[in-house]
Amino acid sequence: MTGLIFRRLAIGLVTMWAVSLLVFASTEILPGDVAESILGKEAPDDVIAAMRERLGLNEPAHVRYWDWLSGLFVGDLGVSLGSGREISELIDDRLWNTVRLASVTAIIAVPLAVILGLISAMRAGTVMDRSISIGTLCMISLPEFFVAALLVYVFAVQLRWLPALPIVRPDQSLWSSLTSIVLPVMTLTFAVLAHMARMTRNAVINVLSSAYVEMALLKGVPNWRIILFHAFPNALSPIINVIALNLAYLVAGVVIVETAFGYPGLARLMVDAVGTRDVPLVQACGMIFCATYVLLNLLADVLSILSNPRLRTQK
Amino acid sequence: MTPDNADASEAIDSPEEQNSNKKRDNLSLTPVAWVSILIIVFWVVVAVFAPVLAPFDKADMVSFESFKVVDEASFLGTDYLGRDVLSRIIYGARMTLGLALIATLISFTTGIVLGFVAAISPGWIDQVLSRTVDAIMAFPSIMLALIIIGGVGTSLPVVILTVALIDATRVFRLSRALALDASVMDYVVVARARGEGVNWIMLHEILPNTITPLAAEFGVRYTFAILFISSLSFLGLGVQPPGADWGVMVKENLQGLLYGAPAALIPAACIGTISVAINLLVDWFLHRSSVMIPEELTG
Repeated sequence: MTGLIFRRLAIGLVTMWAVSLLVFASTEILPGDVAESILGKEAPDDVIAAMRERLGLNEPAHVRYWDWLSGLFVGDLGVSLGSGREISELIDDRLWNTVRLASVTAIIAVPLAVILGLISAMRAGTVMDRSISIGTLCMISLPEFFVAALLVYVFAVQLRWLPALPIVRPDQSLWSSLTSIVLPVMTLTFAVLAHMARMTRNAVINVLSSAYVEMALLKGVPNWRIILFHAFPNALSPIINVIALNLAYLVAGVVIVETAFGYPGLARLMVDAVGTRDVPLVQACGMIFCATYVLLNLLADVLSILSNPRLRTQK
Repeated sequence: MTPDNADASEAIDSPEEQNSNKKRDNLSLTPVAWVSILIIVFWVVVAVFAPVLAPFDKADMVSFESFKVVDEASFLGTDYLGRDVLSRIIYGARMTLGLALIATLISFTTGIVLGFVAAISPGWIDQVLSRTVDAIMAFPSIMLALIIIGGVGTSLPVVILTVALIDATRVFRLSRALALDASVMDYVVVARARGEGVNWIMLHEILPNTITPLAAEFGVRYTFAILFISSLSFLGLGVQPPGADWGVMVKENLQGLLYGAPAALIPAACIGTISVAINLLVDWFLHRSSVMIPEELTG
């Protein structure tokens, strides 16, 4: 088992490296260079040259890649082009805001999705199952910003129950910080719930159609026992996988949700940085998001190895 | 939607559901499928005949009042600049559906060609292509788009190619898997024995035998492209004003929502209708046909 886990960890490490390479390369692929595209083609040559100097673009690409990568390891993310401030300083608060948004969503969405998926799987083929299936399919098809706009319109504008724009201040009370993220959390839950419920359903259905469940059924074991003691332990590994994968969906979801609500999180910082072509900031934020995504996928795989006895004993 | 139809698209290996796949294709239209087709046809007609249908030009300011609600002149009210929402929706359909179509066509051509090549070529070509695709898929798609646009800057070709790249990786995986299955079939072995070339085999043997699942995937990827391009526009990184797709319209009018003007909800709902319709149609198709797409490939 340890061998298998180490192998998976090694693959994760290679993936991370590939990701860092691609993130770095994204600034290299354009014709001309970053300095020119930031300043525009009409900028005088000496200004461009100064910008190149400032960005360190005169070094060969592999040297700059190495500098950038080794900087990441010691937490030196470089300097933002837009504000001239240290990126690590800019990111600090933003990161925690995003983590808070994502973790509150996860706490709500994960149990809800697993329950929906279980209901759907237990009633597979019935009208209830089809309704959940069509309902979740519709949820997947709706853009997050539609859900965001609709929720704001209903709850903030028409009913006036909740603030439309989240106000996040360090000094605010717990209650107001909670009410201010209700709408973003609802939108994000909506976005990940459907995927998670569908995948849970499939994982459980897969287990329910196995021979030992049929055996249990034939020997007259009650339904709830079959689900809880026969199917669930075996579906655990795929379900854990589903959950980790869907936490990764959160990474994508927060980009839209933070922009829609003007929530001061890391994703919004990144979108703004993309808009102003603040390349080092885009790279730093991109690296944080992608690393999280890769790590969650890695975690999913490791957990499913650990929760599967057959994989556990494999050499 | 008869309840005895097991979810064929999503079954992975379950024996019960595999049995249900053996039954003949039953492609009679259910009410849900009918409605879906009607919605899709409606939007295609709107997109194609936009200049004829739109009461105003998309840039015309029809009113000095922004966020005006419904009256005789502007059926859906006006937007933040006093432009007619209905006309902009109609032109926006063209932009949204057109851009997504171009991106999907590019992704399908490259994805299918490379997928088939990977499946029937010597091992190292497959390794190189598959590992590259793995690396690209290690990114959350929106992050990949943000990083590329952050590096290159935004323009319509960049947006289209970025979406096509992201889509192409998924198409590659699917078409490679399908072609791998098909390439061990007797008819391919026979064709090889006859001395047919690789290109001929891909075009005449493998493509016709994988076209049905690929067609279903086209629907899935097309909705993805619509949602993705709209999302980029919503973030202000896709279509740039004065060009307008539905995503831009949502972004532009979002502030109005706070004053109770629903102008932002209309384009967002339009995106919802077309993508729900396509997804429900694909869902119906996968239920009723014997096609099976492994869940891990559709994501």
